[in-house]
Amino acid sequence: QEKETVTPERAEEVKLKAKYPNLGQKPGGSDFLMKRLQKGQKYFDSGDYNMAKAKMKNKQLPSAGPDKNLVTGDHIPTPQDLPQRKSSLVTSKLAG
Amino acid sequence: TADIISTVEFNHSGELLATGDKGGRVVIFQQEQENKSQSHSRGEYNVYSTFQSHEPEFDYLKSLEIEEKINKIRWLPQKNAAQFLLSTNDKTIKLWKISERDKRPEGYNLKEEDGRYRDPTTVTTLRVPVFRPMDLMVEASPRRIFANAHTYHINSISINSDYETYLSADDLRINLWHLEITDRSFNIVDIKPANMEELTEVITAAEFHPNSCNTFVYSSSKGTIRLCDMRASALCDRHSKLFEEPEDPSNRSFFSEIISSISDVKFSHSGRYMMTRDYLSVKIWDLNMENRPVETYQVHEYLRSKLCSLYENDCIFDKFECCWNGSDSIVMTGSYNNFFRMFDRNTKRDITLEASRENNKPRTVLKPRKVCASGKRKKDEISVDSLDFNKKILHTAWHPKENIIAVATTNNLYIFQDKTN
Repeated sequence: QEKETVTPERAEEVKLKAKYPNLGQKPGGSDFLMKRLQKGQKYFDSGDYNMAKAKMKNKQLPSAGPDKNLVTGDHIPTPQDLPQRKSSLVTSKLAG
Repeated sequence: TADIISTVEFNHSGELLATGDKGGRVVIFQQEQENKSQSHSRGEYNVYSTFQSHEPEFDYLKSLEIEEKINKIRWLPQKNAAQFLLSTNDKTIKLWKISERDKRPEGYNLKEEDGRYRDPTTVTTLRVPVFRPMDLMVEASPRRIFANAHTYHINSISINSDYETYLSADDLRINLWHLEITDRSFNIVDIKPANMEELTEVITAAEFHPNSCNTFVYSSSKGTIRLCDMRASALCDRHSKLFEEPEDPSNRSFFSEIISSISDVKFSHSGRYMMTRDYLSVKIWDLNMENRPVETYQVHEYLRSKLCSLYENDCIFDKFECCWNGSDSIVMTGSYNNFFRMFDRNTKRDITLEASRENNKPRTVLKPRKVCASGKRKKDEISVDSLDFNKKILHTAWHPKENIIAVATTNNLYIFQDKTN
């Protein structure tokens, strides 16, 4: 009686696909590569930044409070305050 | 977290050891002069110089945050009293001069010792300023800044054996620089496809041949290595040699390409061989044979049955480096749980050691470790499921002449030497 042996790698693949059935068909492929190339992308509105800086020149500068989501208007946004925006072009590796 | 070591490199004599970290700092250690009375003990490494190499930047035009993390450091061979090294982050390479100052001029006529100017009317005699000894000061100064040549993230720099030029490689391109010229570089490899949606492969590492100044190699995320000869053409898009191990199609899985991605490539000191590191193994290639490696060493084969979880926690993308010892007889690479591995190419023996303070007292011999892949775990063995995947050793270096190694865990640098007596 022939016994079909599954390689450990294939067994792991089956496990992964069972957890994430919508996993992309292209193995390894360009999703990872695009994510790698996109590293560091962080959006920042220099208009807002400079407007707020000009307005604030005569007043005390308020630093980023606990509410980091407030990044427009009177509050001076800095690149560090912005939450890392995930590019809409890159799909999560777990998405289809 | 800024203390996370991101690169380790001995200089050509081995007297100096440089580390770069995530915070953009470079720390250089110097080996103590050998104590004549203790001729069997090699000098310890102490801090010699610390400086901020790179700062975080923000590219407003591209909305790109540029990390200050030092990706690589490479030393220039020493030509005069000063030492020079190249350090790079994702975008900018800098040439640093590290020099010693052990005397200072004293006895100026117009200035006090603290630098304040003297009232000229109080100067009645002239004296000749002289140099007097002072406490050793080590100064680091940036001599060249090589910027704006990389759209993508720099993963490698390599100094040519002509000691005049060097290459820098990012995900898609490799540039050739002259050490004296910062306002331009030559592009020698460009694998960017016309349509980015056709992107299937990126450059993962590159290095110049140690002896042939016209030859360099670069590795890819698909597990191939290309050797290029700069005499053949200005743009080395066509390789002279392509090194690739044929894959067994029946073994192919979702993970195959990811784990075949080469994270490091290093020529042997002899220049006859090169070593590549992929996720699970180290391979030695004879430059005269392209179709398969001459030696393959399994670093942690037991992880093959854990690929699913290693993919989920992103560990499968960890980039391990590898290194040769001075005589090219032993190769070393890191693993998880603060383990690192050495393979003796002659005896075919291998050893697993651990870099941790809890388990090793200073000046004691390291105890070999063993991972139990399955079945009954013997005493002193550690099971695969107990491994700490956050404790990874990605960067290791071997002294060019002696059996002294530098191993970087996440926050600490360990320097080991072999027993002498």
